[in-house]
Amino acid sequence: MTTVHEPKLTTFDDNDQKPVGHGRMLRKEDPRFLRGRGRYTDDVQLPGMLHLAILRSPFAHARILSVDISAAEASPGVKLVVTGAMLAEKGLAWMPTLSNDVQAVLATDKVRFQGQEVAFVVADDRYAARDALELIDVEYDVLDPVVDARRALEPDAPLIRDDLAGKTNNHVFDWETGDEAATAAVFASADVVVTEDIVYPRVHPAPMETCGAVADFDAIDGKLRLWSTTQAPHAHRTLYAIVAGIPEHKIQVIAPDIGGGFGNKVPIYPGYVCAIVGSILTGKPVKWMEDRSENLISTGFARDYLMRGEIAATRDGKILAIRTNVLADHGAFNGTAAPVKYPAGFFGVFTGSYDIEAAYCKMTAVYTNKAPGGVAYACSFRITEAVYLVERIVDCLAYELDMDPAELRLKNFIQPEQFPYETKTGWVYDSGNYEPTMRLAMDIAGYADLRREQAEKRARGELMGIGISFFTEAVGAGPRKDMDILGLGMADGCELRIHPTGKAVVRLSVQTQGQGHETTFAQIVAEEIGIPPADIEVVHGDTDQTPFGLGTYGSRSTPVSGAAAALVARKVRDKAQLIASAMLEVSVADLDWVKGAFQVKGDPSKSVTIQAIAMRAHGAGDLPDGVEGGLEAQICYNPSNLTYPHGAYICVVDIDPGTAQVKVRRFIAVDDCGTRINPMIIEGQVHGGLTDGVGMALMEMIAFDEDGNCLGASLMDYLIPTALEVPDWETGFTVTPSPHHPIGAKGVGESATVGSPPAIVNAVVDALKPFGVRHADMPLTPSRVWDAMRGQATPPI
Amino acid sequence: MQVTMTVNDVEVTREIEGRLLLVHFLRDVLSLTGTHWGCDTSNCGTCVVWLDGEPVKSCTVLAAMAGGHEVRTVEGLAKDGQLDPIQEGFMQCHGLQCGFCTPGMMMTCRALLDKNPDPTDAEIREAISGQICRCTGYATIVRSVRWASVHEAAAEVTR
Repeated sequence: MTTVHEPKLTTFDDNDQKPVGHGRMLRKEDPRFLRGRGRYTDDVQLPGMLHLAILRSPFAHARILSVDISAAEASPGVKLVVTGAMLAEKGLAWMPTLSNDVQAVLATDKVRFQGQEVAFVVADDRYAARDALELIDVEYDVLDPVVDARRALEPDAPLIRDDLAGKTNNHVFDWETGDEAATAAVFASADVVVTEDIVYPRVHPAPMETCGAVADFDAIDGKLRLWSTTQAPHAHRTLYAIVAGIPEHKIQVIAPDIGGGFGNKVPIYPGYVCAIVGSILTGKPVKWMEDRSENLISTGFARDYLMRGEIAATRDGKILAIRTNVLADHGAFNGTAAPVKYPAGFFGVFTGSYDIEAAYCKMTAVYTNKAPGGVAYACSFRITEAVYLVERIVDCLAYELDMDPAELRLKNFIQPEQFPYETKTGWVYDSGNYEPTMRLAMDIAGYADLRREQAEKRARGELMGIGISFFTEAVGAGPRKDMDILGLGMADGCELRIHPTGKAVVRLSVQTQGQGHETTFAQIVAEEIGIPPADIEVVHGDTDQTPFGLGTYGSRSTPVSGAAAALVARKVRDKAQLIASAMLEVSVADLDWVKGAFQVKGDPSKSVTIQAIAMRAHGAGDLPDGVEGGLEAQICYNPSNLTYPHGAYICVVDIDPGTAQVKVRRFIAVDDCGTRINPMIIEGQVHGGLTDGVGMALMEMIAFDEDGNCLGASLMDYLIPTALEVPDWETGFTVTPSPHHPIGAKGVGESATVGSPPAIVNAVVDALKPFGVRHADMPLTPSRVWDAMRGQATPPI
Repeated sequence: MQVTMTVNDVEVTREIEGRLLLVHFLRDVLSLTGTHWGCDTSNCGTCVVWLDGEPVKSCTVLAAMAGGHEVRTVEGLAKDGQLDPIQEGFMQCHGLQCGFCTPGMMMTCRALLDKNPDPTDAEIREAISGQICRCTGYATIVRSVRWASVHEAAAEVTR
């Protein structure tokens, strides 16, 4: 395997100088966005369209005694009011979640979290619909809520899911991985054992565009068209077919432009189903668009893991084993999107980037009276939690050993010759070369100088911290023999059609929420088939127009669909070669592919371009025996393994000793995502994820009071980083291609969100070392840092 | 009630409810959907438009309050089919990803450059600090504004 070192990217070099294939290229999708011509779900206007608004529960846990809709029905402009009881009559009150649980579309018996859907109104406009919500009279019998996951399994805890037959407690699942006995044996004989309780609080992706849908059911031909904010249009279509009983071929799900996803738009929300029901019952198109509070209190949250981390090592810093015990808060319904065999997602990679002897994890997941979700916010199927755990506990070990955290990591890395490397929890890392990535980050940071500066500042009483994290992700789910969601294998289709004039259209099963698929996928195809990206139209996000696949999340578009796009282009090229051999009257073996043309070996004057071949394929002339006309192909790519990007992040913080305010002064991110298709887009993905990390580490938390009231229900209460909280990012990269991906690409969408929180927290804790602080939980707000400085650090929940 | 205002240099008169927000007037009544609706609490800034040349959050302005005033939206940034330098800068420097915050960001940044043609990075960050972008991490937005600043200065010299 080759690892290439590259210096830090400068801003404007390599701009569009490479007309065909990989390289920095401006985005094909930008012109419409720049002119305000993007088309998001809320921009869809259909003739006669009505507007839907949802009444939500003010209580976290309450029995519904009665719902009176008579005044709402009489309100001006109102066309329809629907309650849970009315849905129940049609068998639509409950729907399956992506984790084989069920979730109420509209509550019938009880409400189980604050913000749960209770009734909906359809009216002429959005104001009239909201007016009518105020007139719905719901009588509740308020019950004690379960807000703290630690309380959920106590014998006297209130039972949340009494809708499930035979359910007597709030237990969702137990899960374990690794070898418990072997791990215990290593711990028993280790020189040093460090234990720390580490909380990853509940946070929310909060994409700038909230969730919504426009449903248009045509009663004559029985066809449902649904524009919705979905990251997985094909999977959603199949679920709607199951829930609503509409035949799948009569459902068209369209994901138009999406204003950010981050996993928030993977689940099916009750609002989507309500919009469909509203359209069926009124015979009109119906739009539902939630507001920001609805988005924050009711849609897919992330994290909420209470972790105990333990690490065993020799006195000179060789890590021997890692053990963890997790209590996972899944909210009121298990709405996590995770492959069926992986109820805790890919948390199993908690052994990180280190070559260790043993590992064991035990996890218990519980119901609480909070919104459902769990897998969101660029979490890579719970890898965010796993990486945070291991990178935090390794720093705790460095603290106890009084060892430099960079040195400790370098001493324990899996070595390049050990790949493919099977971890102690059974994951097979495809490729990696960790030390050069770490060294490059340290070089960019000027690590030794930073430590000297820190020592000088400490001597003066100033608080400066340097934090490191080194992550390995598992992305690109996944091999269909191992991974499916509700029985749907996690493979992705791709179709490529070359038109007679040599222009092309490529149809993807994944779609962009800002990642730039229209550019990147055109470049992938261009690199393989030699047609300029400008001549390749990328079609995505419409189930009637694209082949089946599971969608964009878990950094899977490039590892899975990107592979599909490369392979379908090679399939078309193979056919083009047959036609070229007839056109040039030589055997196939006598042809060389030079990007964009087939050339007779040894005679560059004799060649045919892909454009000429395309015309021949559609023309009247002879084709070789057995070759059909046209130039197109379709494939479904089933990855043989996941891909494992890695990266080294270094964060420098300064803390004001008088206010405990943390300032992120510098952040250095060196990513290795294998082959790089468009460096500009990759850099953008990294920058965004780093900003998420600053938010989670320092600002963001969805908190609840003891009654289960959500305290983060607006952007005034749930703080997201602005331009003032983040530094000018410093990035670099190494390239270790994936051996099994056709172009060696590994995916990068979530790397920075996964890798940055531990670097920031490690930096803050490092700054607080003079106070004897070994650990402090996120979010490290001034008040929480202030407490830590006084030896009073407490968990946030 | 009836309201009359100038939107992107065109005078419009419409019958509206008094409580109608400017953002919904632009989007739902005039079908100018480039201005977005993101939070309702003036925190996110996806709805920023100009009212008499000043950036405002149109989710907290009544359409009625814009009566008699001049409104400019992202659809009014390009002139004669030519992108404004700020639009070109966002494209050149990857200042946008999902595009949802972009119209509001560009309106604020254009207004900044009109007042301060050569802003420092800190001044750019301050100018956009009332707006949220979830995708870019802001550094490329800062670069985009600087690109526009540099290219406008160069164009000025040529002229």
